[in-house]
Amino acid sequence: MSPVDFCGLVLEHPIVNGSGTFDAIAARRTFGDALLHAFPFSAFVSKTITLLPRAGNPPPRLWEAQAGLINSIGLPNRGLAGYLEHDLPQLAALPVPLITNVMGSTAGEVAELVEALDARDEVAAIELNVSCPNVKTGLDIGADPVSLAALIRALRPLTSKPLIVKLTPNTADVAVVAAAAEAEGADAVSLINTLRATAFAPGSGGRPWLGGVTGGLSGPAIRTVALAQVAAVARRITLPIVGMGGVTHGTHARDLLAAGATLVAVGTESFRDPAAGTRISRELKSLQIAESASSNIDVYQAQVEVDANSADAG
Amino acid sequence: MRVQAPFGRRRGAVTGVDDVGAYRVVHVADLDGPQPWPGQFYMLATVEGWGAGEDERPFVPRALSFLGAGNGQLSFMFEDVGPGTRRLGALRAGDELWLTGPLGDGFELSLDGRRAVLAGGGVGIPPLSAWASILAAHGVDTTVLLGFRDAVHAAGVTVFGGGGGEVSEGGDAALGDGAARGSGAAPHIGAGSGAAVVSIATDDGSVGHHGLVTELLGSSLDADDHAVVYACGPPAMLEAVRALCAARRVPAQLALEAGMACGFGACFGCVVALRDGSYARVCVDGPVLDAARLDAVPAH
Repeated sequence: MSPVDFCGLVLEHPIVNGSGTFDAIAARRTFGDALLHAFPFSAFVSKTITLLPRAGNPPPRLWEAQAGLINSIGLPNRGLAGYLEHDLPQLAALPVPLITNVMGSTAGEVAELVEALDARDEVAAIELNVSCPNVKTGLDIGADPVSLAALIRALRPLTSKPLIVKLTPNTADVAVVAAAAEAEGADAVSLINTLRATAFAPGSGGRPWLGGVTGGLSGPAIRTVALAQVAAVARRITLPIVGMGGVTHGTHARDLLAAGATLVAVGTESFRDPAAGTRISRELKSLQIAESASSNIDVYQAQVEVDANSADAG
Repeated sequence: MRVQAPFGRRRGAVTGVDDVGAYRVVHVADLDGPQPWPGQFYMLATVEGWGAGEDERPFVPRALSFLGAGNGQLSFMFEDVGPGTRRLGALRAGDELWLTGPLGDGFELSLDGRRAVLAGGGVGIPPLSAWASILAAHGVDTTVLLGFRDAVHAAGVTVFGGGGGEVSEGGDAALGDGAARGSGAAPHIGAGSGAAVVSIATDDGSVGHHGLVTELLGSSLDADDHAVVYACGPPAMLEAVRALCAARRVPAQLALEAGMACGFGACFGCVVALRDGSYARVCVDGPVLDAARLDAVPAH
């Protein structure tokens, strides 16, 4: 597979992880250096970092759904200072470029995060999690093109690193939001984030199971939604796209690339198969080789037919 | 104590299946896997038919502590309590599993001259059984206290210390006396200088003490509280063990259970609240935790 250029980063293959779906530090404790020797992704996307530490939501945090998973994790993290001191040195030891995902509840908070990360050479790119409510409107910033445009406008001058906007699917028209990000100078978009969902405790007569009441649905259940949203965004903007949602096999990655994505992120499948990224990139490569071979045969056959027709005509 | 896992999931063929009272024991070939440490667990999913059950579940793999390990084989013991264990329970010899592990931190051998008390019950047997084997190998005398719903579940004790599926010579009659010495069918305990004395409690009184395992634990610690308690079992039992040990200032290591999606720290879904207000991930910070770090064992 030839290397992929993504916002100036040269990546070995198009498969990365979705933010918050792979903790490389915990995985190294579990699997040792074998993780580094066979790292499953061509770039590593960190979980969401916030300015201050967050404990995350009270449990239960998971519900197994039909062909998927609802999570209500609540973005636990050490906060910016803890990330820079504790996590960053360990993530910088990974054999691939590091993309750091950040979220803030105000533009000022996000600006502080972006400025701090801009100063660190270990960080190759910054991804903005905009699935966070605007304190004035109550809408998720990423659901509202006006709020999002204002946020990107404020952040763009603060960093020369690639700025990726992680779009939420929980909006009326994701392509309009993507266009707003593009207009204000974002370098790329990634989608889809999880679909808002909930589940009731069994036999409870409607009491929410999740400690956070609602959560986000991921996994194969959302694959077709992701394909539609990636295709809609690709028709609307020219920025590179990181496509994700329910990818469990190389065929799903190929479909997202065909819909217009430059990279494909694997998320929930890594829970079921820690090395899923490696497997999926291998499956994708086989598909691409097979399809390129068959399209060469098609070209050859078409040429033979043309030649034959010409001969007939002659 | 932790043994690192090979990176990624691997396939293993089922070599045999046993019924032990209310439980199913599945033996899986794992020729190249490392020797795990008691209290560690594996994420398991069937290669075929995972996702084809009730409500199109299971979807994510299931976390199970190993019961026995050795000679290129792992054993797991479980009860049919949901779509995951139902599918695992339908496995037959020759069927294949996906395995990831061993995962998490197991028990710590930190006795400092104290005696070892293993307390638990129900489907909490596997890590205690595996731990009893290690303690015996270290020549540690062990008191084993196990609680069950009824006689059908109490039959699960026959796997204890034997690595899976063997019926003890002593049988239920000896166990019915409330205290049975591990016999020849449990070669890892009772041999050499590490002896194990097993006592049973049942909710319905059909085997052993009529009552809770924590009543046996209370009596045992009344007699001698210079002990470390190692516990695994249903949440309510584990919480009762924790509270009892905390009140007597007896150190305890609890093997916790939690719903997990990944088992290796990726999803942050399996957290338990610690005394200091933070959350620990049961999969990578546990599943064995020092009881002093918890205010309570959560109900689920």
